Amino acid sequence: MTWVGRTLPRLEDPTLLKGGGRFTADLKAGAWAVKFVRSPEAAGTIVEVERPDEGIVFTAEDLDAAGVGSIQAVLDRPDYRRVPHPVLARDRVVFAGQAVALVVAPTEAEAEDLAEQVFVDIDTEDAVTSIEAALAEGARDVHPEAPGNVMVEGVMRTPGVDAAFDAAACVVELDLSSARQSAMPMETRGGVADYDPATGRVTLYASVQMPHMLRTGLADVLGIDEGDLRVVAPDVGGGFGQKMSLFPEYVALVWTAFRLRRKVAWIEDRRENFLSASHARDQQFTVRGAFDAEGRLLAVDADLRSNVGAFSCYPVTCGVEPLMAFAELPGPYDFAEYGVRSRGVTTNLSMMAPYRGVARPMLTLSMEQLMDAAAEKLDLDPVEIRRRNLITSFPHTSPTGLVYDEASYLEAMEAAVTSADIPGFRERQAAALAEGRYLGLGLSVFSERTGYGTPAFAARKMQIVPGYETVDCEMGPSGQVTLRIGASPHGQGLKTALAQLLADQLGVAPERIRVISGDTDASPYGWGTFASRSMVISGGASKIASGQLADKLRAIAGVLLEVDPSGVELKDGLALATGTNKSLSIAEVARAAHHQSHRFEGMAPGLKEQAFYDPSGTFSNAAHVCEVELDPETCGVRITRFLVVEDAGRLINPMIVDGQIAGGVAQGIATALYEELVFDEFGTMLTTSLADYLPPTAAEIPDIEIIHMETISPQTVTEAKGVGEGGTIGAPAAVLSALNDALRPFGTRITSMPATPDRIAAALRAARTAAAEAEA
Amino acid sequence: MKPAAFSYHRPETISDALALLAEHGDVGKIIAGGQSLVPSMNFRLARPETLIDMNAIAEIAGIEDRGDTLVIGAMTRHAAFHTPVCDGPTGAMLTRVVGNIAHYPIRQRGTFGGSLCHADPASEWCLVAATFDAAMEIHGQDGMREVGAADFFKGTFTTAVGGDELLARIHLPKLPEGWGTGFYEFSRRRGDFALAMAVAALKVEGGKIADARLGVGAVAAHGLRLETLEQALTGQPATEETIAEVAAQVPGLVKPSGDIHGSAEYRRDLAQAVVRRALNAALADCAVPA
Amino acid sequence: MTETTTVTFTLNGEERSLTLEPRQNLADTIRDTCGLTGTHVGCEHGVCGACTVLMDGKAVRSCLTFAVQAQGAEIETVESLADGDTLHPLQQAFWELHGLQCGFCTPGFLMLAAGALRENPDMSDDEMRDLLSSNLCRCTGYQNIVKAARQAAEVMRGERAEA
Repeated sequence: MTWVGRTLPRLEDPTLLKGGGRFTADLKAGAWAVKFVRSPEAAGTIVEVERPDEGIVFTAEDLDAAGVGSIQAVLDRPDYRRVPHPVLARDRVVFAGQAVALVVAPTEAEAEDLAEQVFVDIDTEDAVTSIEAALAEGARDVHPEAPGNVMVEGVMRTPGVDAAFDAAACVVELDLSSARQSAMPMETRGGVADYDPATGRVTLYASVQMPHMLRTGLADVLGIDEGDLRVVAPDVGGGFGQKMSLFPEYVALVWTAFRLRRKVAWIEDRRENFLSASHARDQQFTVRGAFDAEGRLLAVDADLRSNVGAFSCYPVTCGVEPLMAFAELPGPYDFAEYGVRSRGVTTNLSMMAPYRGVARPMLTLSMEQLMDAAAEKLDLDPVEIRRRNLITSFPHTSPTGLVYDEASYLEAMEAAVTSADIPGFRERQAAALAEGRYLGLGLSVFSERTGYGTPAFAARKMQIVPGYETVDCEMGPSGQVTLRIGASPHGQGLKTALAQLLADQLGVAPERIRVISGDTDASPYGWGTFASRSMVISGGASKIASGQLADKLRAIAGVLLEVDPSGVELKDGLALATGTNKSLSIAEVARAAHHQSHRFEGMAPGLKEQAFYDPSGTFSNAAHVCEVELDPETCGVRITRFLVVEDAGRLINPMIVDGQIAGGVAQGIATALYEELVFDEFGTMLTTSLADYLPPTAAEIPDIEIIHMETISPQTVTEAKGVGEGGTIGAPAAVLSALNDALRPFGTRITSMPATPDRIAAALRAARTAAAEAEA
Repeated sequence: MKPAAFSYHRPETISDALALLAEHGDVGKIIAGGQSLVPSMNFRLARPETLIDMNAIAEIAGIEDRGDTLVIGAMTRHAAFHTPVCDGPTGAMLTRVVGNIAHYPIRQRGTFGGSLCHADPASEWCLVAATFDAAMEIHGQDGMREVGAADFFKGTFTTAVGGDELLARIHLPKLPEGWGTGFYEFSRRRGDFALAMAVAALKVEGGKIADARLGVGAVAAHGLRLETLEQALTGQPATEETIAEVAAQVPGLVKPSGDIHGSAEYRRDLAQAVVRRALNAALADCAVPA
Repeated sequence: MTETTTVTFTLNGEERSLTLEPRQNLADTIRDTCGLTGTHVGCEHGVCGACTVLMDGKAVRSCLTFAVQAQGAEIETVESLADGDTLHPLQQAFWELHGLQCGFCTPGFLMLAAGALRENPDMSDDEMRDLLSSNLCRCTGYQNIVKAARQAAEVMRGERAEA
């Protein structure tokens, strides 16, 4: 039996369960506290920053005098508007919460006392906060560099779009939107920057997903050599994309450690996290679909607007939302004609950066709502219309040129539909309706592009092109294995999954395998953990490197056992000569490799292999089915069932995969029903506490039923596809589809997320008014 | 999110606490359970220079059942009501209500008296006090006075307790045997502040509603007892139809303000729904044999 | 430095006498002054529950209690749960059933359930879910936390053998 495929309790857990984890804030002993003074205004000119008489206070002037630059996120596209992101606001502020100054004091409380004594005098301007306001005729430009408030714009149109709409038997058009949200990791951002007087280096311990990239970015902005800086991601309390970007706070913190030559810490508080960490979603999609009389989708024409906020996130840039939406809107559906305009719109709000799913929750909602609306118009079953449109032959090339590898779109949907017992549900729904209860069922089918390497990022014209992963795989003289990876897991259980993968290759138990990540001094350069990539790419590199190492072990064992290496099997801690009773422990082989290297002609001493992997990407897929009950009086929505059929290729550790799906679905439900950052007309956030911003609890999230399919694709050497984001991508569409099914008797539908009781109540009131008017 | 500095006192008697309040005047603030005060101090929205901690004053903790009245010490924790504190409809009702107050760990620290003095419009205990006409025992330098609920709640976060006074006990009249009670609350998530809530008690005799108590909360500056609807219910057939008709008058009686969680319009409609449901629950409770 | 005061309490069975500012909350005191960093700070306004500890046996938010208020109290944190390498039934069940991912919220959930089960070992499944709605988790989607807490309760009641 292989280790791959087993539900192995995670190697990471005992320490975390005993309170022995080492998160960033746990490392701040002896550090002075840094606190940022933030702009209370969303837009304006800084007249003056008044400093108190005593205390350590730094402003943009100090940074400028030291030659500190701005953060520059670059896309090499003619439509991209480059706006430098200052570390501390210089002259102008462009969002409420932007850091204007920083203070340093022995404790956090004293730092807050000091920060209160710094007064920022701002000559305010009108804030531009919404997509509509930013794109309105005569709108004020948020940045002079981005006239018209468009920071990036992708446009394409296949030649037959208009003809397809002219010929269509059925055209549906929908305006869909998603509110601004926060990824809201349980551990906020934060860093501890420790200056070492012996070496003059600073070590930054920070709650981040991309430590190597962060070091590169920090060195560039500070104008220092990367060798003078070490970045360590210790235990990280969730990221979900919010911890991918280089934030100004980290630049300022590291600069302060160099400047003061001491240990300083910035531990973000929850209010700051809402105000100043990156935001997500906040999109408005206008989509039209042209269908023939049989319900086949002929063409999609889409105008996609994403509110990217005040700056472009580094390194992935503000193109991440609009350009992903542009390229991936077609999803799992097979149609030829596609017109799209996708804009990243800048506003006076904190910058948008990736959040689990990125554009895909909205584009999946768009395609699924098009299918539901067309089915209703054509009097087709919602399942049947999807059946007629899903991609079934592979490889498939989408209208935007994406090549889809082997997947199971149709099969997954059929499995979901069967398990959901839709006919049985329809009976229950009818019976409930007779009692005045409103049930609904919704379906979503989607593709999830995962594990993509440099080709995908290069296609976006990013100046910094992430994608590959490198690993070092080493066996020491005791037979202990160390795998050093450039990925940077933070809760995904990657270390356990990689240990399972290596255990099969090397014939040792997973407990003997130590995985080192997240330390620029101890792990190879890599891109960190994001975009459902680590198991595919870092796992692929690990499989290749450990395969090389296994080959070498077999070669050495062959010499020691006097058999051909091809006849050596690595298993249960032993190197066995097959067909004989001869064996050695792997530890003995390892010791010989290090201490008897003169015996192994043509081989380098020791046991260390490096490998990289840079795949083009592989598509996971899933179908979600959601059942809801709507209370039309309170307008509360209760999810009564949630079913996922997931195809993420080979399962390395099914328990971990299920955990990723369930957690993702919970965040998708949050997008659909609960979470929304709200701002007033001045750009002031009204949701700066967890009493106002509402991540769901155990009482709101149902148990998720999960069924697996395993389509094996040649595009991934581990045979695993990515699975980090799928839950979040598919759930909003399924929830909204179910809600709209429940709303059908009222003749209304919800097209804005989150579908709050207030929004549902407004839709019901409007429907009642319309019905009354129609009668009159 | 660390609070501004303050000095701290932990008196052990009411009179010591009053002396401290007199001494620290406007800058002093009483802390009871602290579950609302401390968050607002951490956000530096509240910044008392002196905190006077009630947690060591044994004489205002605990509950005394005086037969027709429940005397609730101000420092009684919400969690004390997780199981009925007395026999009869009032004990059962308080247990029904308490599960809606925030979450379990908050209920371990938060106090009945603290909730009343904080006077959040969405406070369950304030609604109970208003609906069942509790009397608040307030102590000051000049002695003790009792203030009825109608005069106690002055507005959002405002009560009759003066800056140099403290709330010591709440005298809650008990419902006699034979009453049924109901409570209904709607909030965005489990444990969140109510968007609307209602508490009801009915006495049914011979198929008719003989007497009623009804209050609605989170849709006005403070919990409202709806006496006109109590009268409208009384004498009517004890049916869901009666209840629906009476509840339909609720939107005309409340003037909720809108906030980010719900518009005024939505909350007015919601108030009707929660009132009807609380009354229906009370009616069902009447039917349950004791 | 503003005025300080002294406080004495028991932390995981060990008496601690500390001199600190009255404004220092119990969470920061446990973490920064006493050096036990298993108790986490996630929101500082009592909603997330990452800082949940037991105070005189009751699960409370340590960010909403000032350390000076803990005078004479017995405080228990996540570090007290395991007996050496032997995990507490709650820890064991969270491990077996994948009740944690990043692990940041985990100590709070463990102490919440530990405190509540001490008060009511016979909690029903619905009561357990309601209890667990007190704290936030961003990774798991909760179902494995709920399952693990229910399984641990069974083990603690002796209805189920430890794995």
